[in-house]
Amino acid sequence: MSRRQVTRWLGALAVLHALILCAGFFAPNDPEEQDRERPYLAPVKIHFVDSQGHFHLRPFVYPTRLQTGSFDQFEEDNSTPLPLRFVVAGPRYRLLGFIPCRRHLFGTDGARLYLLGSDAYGRDLFSRILYGGQISLLAGLLGATITLSLGAGIGAIAGYYGGWRDAVLMRTAELFVALPWLYLLFGLRAFLPLTVGPLEAFFLVVAVIGAVGWARPARLVRGVVLSAKERDFVRAARGFGASDRYLLFRHILPQTSSVLLTQAALLVPQFVLAEMTLSFLGLGVPEPVPSWGNLLASLQQYSVLISYWWMYLPALAVVPFFLGYLGLASALQEEGGTGKIEEAPGGSPL
Amino acid sequence: MRFLLRRVLQAFFLLLGASLLTFLFSTLAPGNYFDEMRLNPQISANTVAALRAQHQLNSPLPVRYAHWVNSVTHGEMGFSFAYNSPVAPLLWVRARNTLLLTVTATLLAWLLALPMGIWSATHAGELSDRALTWSTAGLLATPELVLSLGLLIVAVRTGWFPTGGMVSIGYGSLSLFQKICDVAAHMILPVAALVLSALPILIRHVRAALAEQLDAPFLRVAAAHGLSRRTLLYRYALRAAANPLISLFGFSVGALLSGSLIVEVVMSWPGLGPLLLEAILARDLYVVIGGVLFSTIFLIAGNFLADLLLYWVDPRIRAGAPSR
Repeated sequence: MSRRQVTRWLGALAVLHALILCAGFFAPNDPEEQDRERPYLAPVKIHFVDSQGHFHLRPFVYPTRLQTGSFDQFEEDNSTPLPLRFVVAGPRYRLLGFIPCRRHLFGTDGARLYLLGSDAYGRDLFSRILYGGQISLLAGLLGATITLSLGAGIGAIAGYYGGWRDAVLMRTAELFVALPWLYLLFGLRAFLPLTVGPLEAFFLVVAVIGAVGWARPARLVRGVVLSAKERDFVRAARGFGASDRYLLFRHILPQTSSVLLTQAALLVPQFVLAEMTLSFLGLGVPEPVPSWGNLLASLQQYSVLISYWWMYLPALAVVPFFLGYLGLASALQEEGGTGKIEEAPGGSPL
Repeated sequence: MRFLLRRVLQAFFLLLGASLLTFLFSTLAPGNYFDEMRLNPQISANTVAALRAQHQLNSPLPVRYAHWVNSVTHGEMGFSFAYNSPVAPLLWVRARNTLLLTVTATLLAWLLALPMGIWSATHAGELSDRALTWSTAGLLATPELVLSLGLLIVAVRTGWFPTGGMVSIGYGSLSLFQKICDVAAHMILPVAALVLSALPILIRHVRAALAEQLDAPFLRVAAAHGLSRRTLLYRYALRAAANPLISLFGFSVGALLSGSLIVEVVMSWPGLGPLLLEAILARDLYVVIGGVLFSTIFLIAGNFLADLLLYWVDPRIRAGAPSR
């Protein structure tokens, strides 16, 4: 039952991640291409019925033009309907980062399609959300990998060797658990360079995120290691003269895998959120590279908040992902039989 | 009593460790507040050097730390370069606002979570329980940032709630009662965001803790003796489920603190969050350290409160037996 649930959640997550991974194919436009003539364009309306009242099976959109006598109001130009086409040729991109390609899932001939509207520079919001996901999810996944390796290493050392190593490491872990993690994240971020390029900023954010969360997995891994090292087959192996290294990697660490997996499913959304928060506040990945966090940054201006509601849409993009990860985490926990319930992303390290 | 004493000592060492940790981080910093000042042509190099010396930025880390600890004992917690004043008074004002927000949100969240969790546990498997489970899952997947931005948009577009800040223009001329109402009105949005973000975890824990007890043999025995459903639930099951929930209460303070950081910034509530952000951007060293430390103090205080409650509720702890 529960195994089936795990595979179901994994499948859902795989689909969502494939969407982001192949952002180039699903996005109709280049995420960084500007159109200064069309800032803050509302999401395009997709029509089936034209101005004469005829029904069309193929949906179509109307191109936009400035309203006469206005400089920021747009209206639809009813004279030239643009039919939506699928697997259409558009701007060049690299599929998966290396396959040159110019086919897009959907688009129109002639004009750019703003499915979810455009931002202040006339960049397509929908494409930016998809591409932004690549940055945010990668930051979350890399951060979780770093944290889990740190946590597994430290927890294994503390649990396996015990003694003063255990005492020192676990007191430090307690310290990290006691600090409100977002404040800790900010504290650490405060003392690193402020103005850096997108790539450095990305790795900086990943490093900071990865360094903050290690304490909780470390404590869990330590607990598993403590019981694992006393199990009969481990003792037998030790009796046969197995080295510490061999015992750790061959017999003990594999037993921590289910704990680590569950932790991963909890940490990834938390870290995606951390990246979003940092970038939202201008401490993370900077423009023009899109990330889920910096796409929301414009909402800090009151004028955007009040007039351009579609700028909020990137925020909703994270919800299905978080739902997937949290569902996976609870399914994994059920399977592991620990019966614990999940935390919110950004919740306390309980 | 030994139990409480141990907790106090633990809290003290935690604070010591936290301050050392933040100081260690600060040595990683590639620049500081005065580097910006040096770029300003109106300020002479001598002035900058004198200021640096005055704030001991040239001294090695242990000296600086000792100096800072000394200033903590004098109730200053270092000096803010940007505000040109001791840090502690600055932080106090902001911390008060943050506390107002988090304490209200914590209480409200628990007041809502307890009945909902109880309802859900006693109606397990029914439609209402499943609906609640699904909606908590949805809320759980909606982070504070998304929630607070969404609420803000709704408020701005409808104009139902005041947005931004803590008081209206002309606050000074209001009567005391009006002042309270004004602040309360401004609190609606941030508190709503915080409560909504804390609620799902609390409901789930209440439900799980209670469901576990409802299955327990002692309760079936009590039911077989013919005790009423009401007595069973409130006198027996809830009391037995209280322990993990009280511990959770301590932790929920920490979660709400981290959450309020975002909510405060988004809703421009004058709490610790915006101050910390400003300080980070200005490289105002001691304000950052103070902010992190203050939040740690709150978290520890929350946990301590939970411990006190546990001590009061659970006789096993009073007797000195380890129960956790």
